[in-house]
Amino acid sequence: MNKWIFVLRQNKLVLAAVYAVFVIVTALSVYLSDKSVVSFLLLLSSFLLLYYTAFPNTVKWGIAGVLLLIVIPFATSGGASHESYMEVVTQCGIYIAMALGLNIVVGFAGLLDLGFIAFFAVGAYSYAIFSTPQVSNFISGNLFPLSGSWFWLFILLGGFIAALFGVLLGLPVLRVKGDYLAIVTLGFGEIIRLIFNNLSKPVNITNGAMGISSIPPPNLFGFQFTFPHQFYFIVIAILAVVLFGVRRLEHSRLGRSWKAIRENEIAAQAMGIPVIGTKLTAFAVGASFSGMMGVVFAAKQTFIDPTSFTLVESATILVMVILGGMGSVPGVILGAAIVTILNLQVLTELTNWFNQLTLNGIVNIPSALSPSKMQRLLFGVILVLMAIFRPNGLIAAKNRKVNEEKLKANLPKAAVPIGQSAKQSGGAFK
Amino acid sequence: MSELKVSKLIKRFGGLVAVNGVDFTFPEGKISAVIGPNGAGKTTFFNMITGIYIPDEGEIELGGKSIVKVKPHKITELGVARTFQNIRLFGSMTVLENVMVGMHIHLKAGLFGTLLRLPGIRQEEEDSAAEAYRLLEYVGLAAYLNEEAGSLPYGAQRRLEIARALATRPRVLLLDEPAAGMNPRETAQLIELIKQIQREMGITVVLIEHDMKLVMELSEYILVLDYGTKIAEGVPEEIRSNPRVIEAYLGKSAVRQEVMS
Repeated sequence: MNKWIFVLRQNKLVLAAVYAVFVIVTALSVYLSDKSVVSFLLLLSSFLLLYYTAFPNTVKWGIAGVLLLIVIPFATSGGASHESYMEVVTQCGIYIAMALGLNIVVGFAGLLDLGFIAFFAVGAYSYAIFSTPQVSNFISGNLFPLSGSWFWLFILLGGFIAALFGVLLGLPVLRVKGDYLAIVTLGFGEIIRLIFNNLSKPVNITNGAMGISSIPPPNLFGFQFTFPHQFYFIVIAILAVVLFGVRRLEHSRLGRSWKAIRENEIAAQAMGIPVIGTKLTAFAVGASFSGMMGVVFAAKQTFIDPTSFTLVESATILVMVILGGMGSVPGVILGAAIVTILNLQVLTELTNWFNQLTLNGIVNIPSALSPSKMQRLLFGVILVLMAIFRPNGLIAAKNRKVNEEKLKANLPKAAVPIGQSAKQSGGAFK
Repeated sequence: MSELKVSKLIKRFGGLVAVNGVDFTFPEGKISAVIGPNGAGKTTFFNMITGIYIPDEGEIELGGKSIVKVKPHKITELGVARTFQNIRLFGSMTVLENVMVGMHIHLKAGLFGTLLRLPGIRQEEEDSAAEAYRLLEYVGLAAYLNEEAGSLPYGAQRRLEIARALATRPRVLLLDEPAAGMNPRETAQLIELIKQIQREMGITVVLIEHDMKLVMELSEYILVLDYGTKIAEGVPEEIRSNPRVIEAYLGKSAVRQEVMS
């Protein structure tokens, strides 16, 4: 076994061939079978394999792009369950973006946020309210309700409004730390949900517990996005933006400040990092990812109500981050994918299967024990097991290693030479 | 005109007066030390200068301007850097990243510039990494650049804290017990490093230290605190023979013996 892995590491061609065979076989089996959860999961696991291959990074990104844009859409289009496959992948994409957002807050900046779903709700409701007749209850005029072609602008707006809520939440909340912060954010999450639940009086803004229905689908030059396989491409596009954003931020001045605050707040302050401002940016950036996906979610479901934004949802996203590995981008992506697939496919499929067995009279499994009702139990078990066996997550966060030779080559160009104190360089009197 | 000056500085914690009316002017561009028995208020004194505590009364001036009630990160921008008695590194970040965090105030990359990867930001990153590497060479930690800071040996962690503080390009460098937990060899290296910093960078260095050998060898001027009050100040020779200082450290009987002998 080890010998084989060694060969694969050494010889890129063999590796490429083996990988291609794996993708083709799984893709074909998804394409040819009517509904095969196993082969579909194997196809998706080709991303994980890709992560561990020895290809250079740009090649990996290229292959991932081909898989996402060509292989998966075509492979799933073979059978009757095309839309259900696509639904799963689309949901995965939405949750990955949210988990990446929460990862900035929890993983990078070390601020435990238990009400993260609130920002998702803010994004979803911002599109839902302004694109349905709901808006006429409090704004008159002919401009509203907006049509589906405003959806694209609302992706940005939803992100922006969510970021604004992030800052508004952060201003009072960031005075407390640790456990207290967790409790306050938990409260905030519930407050937002309750506000949406009750803001039907005196002016009906959110339509209360009834929710908002017939949200218009996105419209691009007359083309309507209504099916999951169409939303899939919207989600992929946003996810790509989010992913590049996160990767750039992670190893930047801002990313380092977040981590510094997580590691030691007093030392971070002593290095000249404004703690409150930096934490607020983490909240805002994380929230904006969630808000953007909220808009997509509202348009995809065409109906939203407050029950989609409960505490369990916040916990779910947190589980994704912890399972994958706090502060680790590939880890969080894996964690989000696993939890979403577990929820949407594995548990539902198992439930269906048990139901079949019960119907056929082979075994009698009471409905109280159906797997889809064990979601919370499973999350609990996952968290406990992770805490014991892999406290750093499935793919632990790694520090970027810097090439020493490259640094030495850069030395003569370094901005301010040592031996020149702040006074001489003017840095002190900025 | 002096760089750093405190006058009638008072800090109370409930009934305890941690620092009680201290006046002191730190000699510019020189190495000075703040000494005193445990609980004398030395670290509280540092914490007030760096803005972590706000003094109840009194004045702290840097370059003629008051820095009382200025936020800690602003004080760093004004040119005061420090290390900590109980090491406060960013433990799970690399050694190089720790120093790069210290350059925070001299880098410009903001949120949108980073997201759009504006020209200049990449260059800034490369330059700052190179400068951080040079600082690591300066304190003798270049070989560790990709290690996790928390995994370094104790003495190396102390030196990394100094490198990180230097990365802010300070005018005043406050070192809180830099030699604590070091063996004699490490202490000797540290003495050389601090001398070098003062000589080559012209920085005003202030030490808190219990290692009297280090204090006497390095500092040109010494402030002695006991129970929050200044009991003496002067050059090392004066401090060494000052009866109040000996009393504070060794007790009254020691002074009597000193007088008798």
